[in-house]
Amino acid sequence: MQSNAALEYDYSVAKLFTYTTILFGILGMLIGTLIAAQMAFPELNYLLGEYGTFSRLRPLHTNIVIFGFTLSGVWATAYYVSQRVLKVSMAESKFLMALGKIHFWLYFFGALAAVITLGMGITQSKEYAVFEWPIDVVIVLIWVIWGLSLFGLIGIRREKSLYISMWYYIATFLGIAMLYLFNNMAIPTYFASGGYGSIFHSVSVYSGTNDALVQWWYGHNAVAFGFTVPIIAMIYYFLPKESGQAIYSYKLSLLSFWGLMFVYLWAGSHHLIWSTVPDWMQTMGSIFSVVLILPSWGSAINMLLTMKGEWNQLTENPLIKLMVLASTFYMLSTIEGPIQSIKSVNAIAHFTDWIPGHVHDGVLGWVVFMIMAALFHMAPRMFKKEIYSKKLIDMQFWLQTTAIVLYFTSMWIAGITQGMMWRAVDEYGNLMYSFIDTVAVLHPYYTIRAVAGVLYLLGFFMFAYNMILTMTAAKTIDTEPQFRSPMA
Amino acid sequence: MFHWLEKNPFFFAVGVFLVIAFAGLVEILPNFGEASRPVVGLKPYTVLELAGKEVYKKDNCIACHSQLIRPFKSETDRYGQYSLSGEYAYDRPFLWGSKRTGPDLHRIGNYRSTDWHENHMWDPKSVIPQSIMPAYKHQFSNIADIETAYAEAVTVKELFNTPYDVDGGVALGSWEDARAAALAEAKEIAADMKNQDVKDLVANDQIPEIVALIAYMNKLK
Repeated sequence: MQSNAALEYDYSVAKLFTYTTILFGILGMLIGTLIAAQMAFPELNYLLGEYGTFSRLRPLHTNIVIFGFTLSGVWATAYYVSQRVLKVSMAESKFLMALGKIHFWLYFFGALAAVITLGMGITQSKEYAVFEWPIDVVIVLIWVIWGLSLFGLIGIRREKSLYISMWYYIATFLGIAMLYLFNNMAIPTYFASGGYGSIFHSVSVYSGTNDALVQWWYGHNAVAFGFTVPIIAMIYYFLPKESGQAIYSYKLSLLSFWGLMFVYLWAGSHHLIWSTVPDWMQTMGSIFSVVLILPSWGSAINMLLTMKGEWNQLTENPLIKLMVLASTFYMLSTIEGPIQSIKSVNAIAHFTDWIPGHVHDGVLGWVVFMIMAALFHMAPRMFKKEIYSKKLIDMQFWLQTTAIVLYFTSMWIAGITQGMMWRAVDEYGNLMYSFIDTVAVLHPYYTIRAVAGVLYLLGFFMFAYNMILTMTAAKTIDTEPQFRSPMA
Repeated sequence: MFHWLEKNPFFFAVGVFLVIAFAGLVEILPNFGEASRPVVGLKPYTVLELAGKEVYKKDNCIACHSQLIRPFKSETDRYGQYSLSGEYAYDRPFLWGSKRTGPDLHRIGNYRSTDWHENHMWDPKSVIPQSIMPAYKHQFSNIADIETAYAEAVTVKELFNTPYDVDGGVALGSWEDARAAALAEAKEIAADMKNQDVKDLVANDQIPEIVALIAYMNKLK
């Protein structure tokens, strides 16, 4: 066996991505809170002229939290975890070090360009695939570099067997690569027309119903391979590491992994139920969404059972609390999605606020909680410092948990209310409500949601503050903690 | 087998890729040809309408409005005939949306007029007092990008055989022809509007975004 104690891992790239996770987290959630408030108080649409309307800010919110915050978090953890489970330091290869740095800086400037062009209104108008072709080219380049970096490290690994987290990181790489390429197939009109118009503009190679199918095959699975797969990679590593407990079942993790890979992609067409895509596709989407409960709950249950006999840690260690709640919200979210995919439920839920409600109990409860727990766990190891304040994590935990509950309950009520009002008829079979009636009734729920946003954002500021003080002002530690992260 | 895969990253990656690529092939490909066929009589967008579609995309109307009427009585009563696949044959990208904070717009051209849109986009509350939609006053002064719309029309005509320049269809012609046609169309719309700045701009051969957007809205039927 190698003497692991002698191995000094190099965290310079992981640190860089940690900073952008915090930066984009603040920016994305700030905009999210603003647009939530705009729905309750429309006057807030006029803070930034034509650039400040709900419609212009909403893609900035979604893209910054997905491709800014979440991807940064995924890469921060990937650069941290992969060295440790492969038992090899990035510093052993100059090439991999350089690649990691190029990866980060290209990503950082690419992200800035993306934010600016999106703010200007340069967009393909495909949800979560809004960037025009020049940015797409940069994104593909970034992805290829990450692939080289990931597989490069795997190539020089000492531990021959890939740990479960690595399976999920590899799947993230492959899944997004495939989906992104096919969904963004577009022809730049400037070149195709012989030099007319804007150089940024492009036209999709798919039209109408086909475009919808490809887009939601992408859109649904970008969620899968951005918000689910790499987050599972994190929890498989950080929960055992923080708790000192071995993963409950290897077989369950096998079943969940291969099950998730096979089933997830089929479920994309549940976004198109009652649309013009053929009925059998809609039914497939519906059925596979329900089947998807199995691998999803498989992972979550594996996590909860990992804590078997050690539940006292929940009261003692706020990081365990964050991760256990994250897997619980993952279970909630992955049972809610299949329910919404049932055709009769979808008829009411589709187009309403229940959908953003569902998205947010998943991302706020599962994705953000897990990424924050991961960064808190990494901080003492990367910076050789104690976590600045345990109390702050505890407060943040309760504040944000309250916020999530307010968010999804208000949106459940809003969504079902509106869905029912749209179809309500009087005794003669005439529609009972004009559209605006169904908007006006939502005001209280939009207000509650905006309050939830403010609370959650406040919690995220506490996280950022705690992280920054950990890096700068906390007590230095001499030896790396084996399991539980030290905190003051 | 799984133990072996976990020690052989290349084959592991190939395995994962096969498993995830499978669904797309089965679900997307079989219907591809049929789903791209237009309904009989469908005309492609004019250059002005395409420019309006770009305004729709730029100000991201899709964040709150759908263009997909589902086959329920409550929807057909409210919005009209349910949507057919072939009606979207020239929509690149599709603009169905996923959220109705505001109403569906797939057949808005059937029941809203140019002057209604003008009032509504300038100040939504003047038409619908309880509206939570923001005003889009900048569309009355920003100039629509007709040239890029022309480039898009040329591209889809040449690469995807979208039927421009056919008998009884939409004429495209050269850039000069297309620009003249767009201006003529814009003047007709501006004649139904009351905003003096818009009228002045159009009289000076410039097309404000709002005019292009209204052309697009009126086409949605």
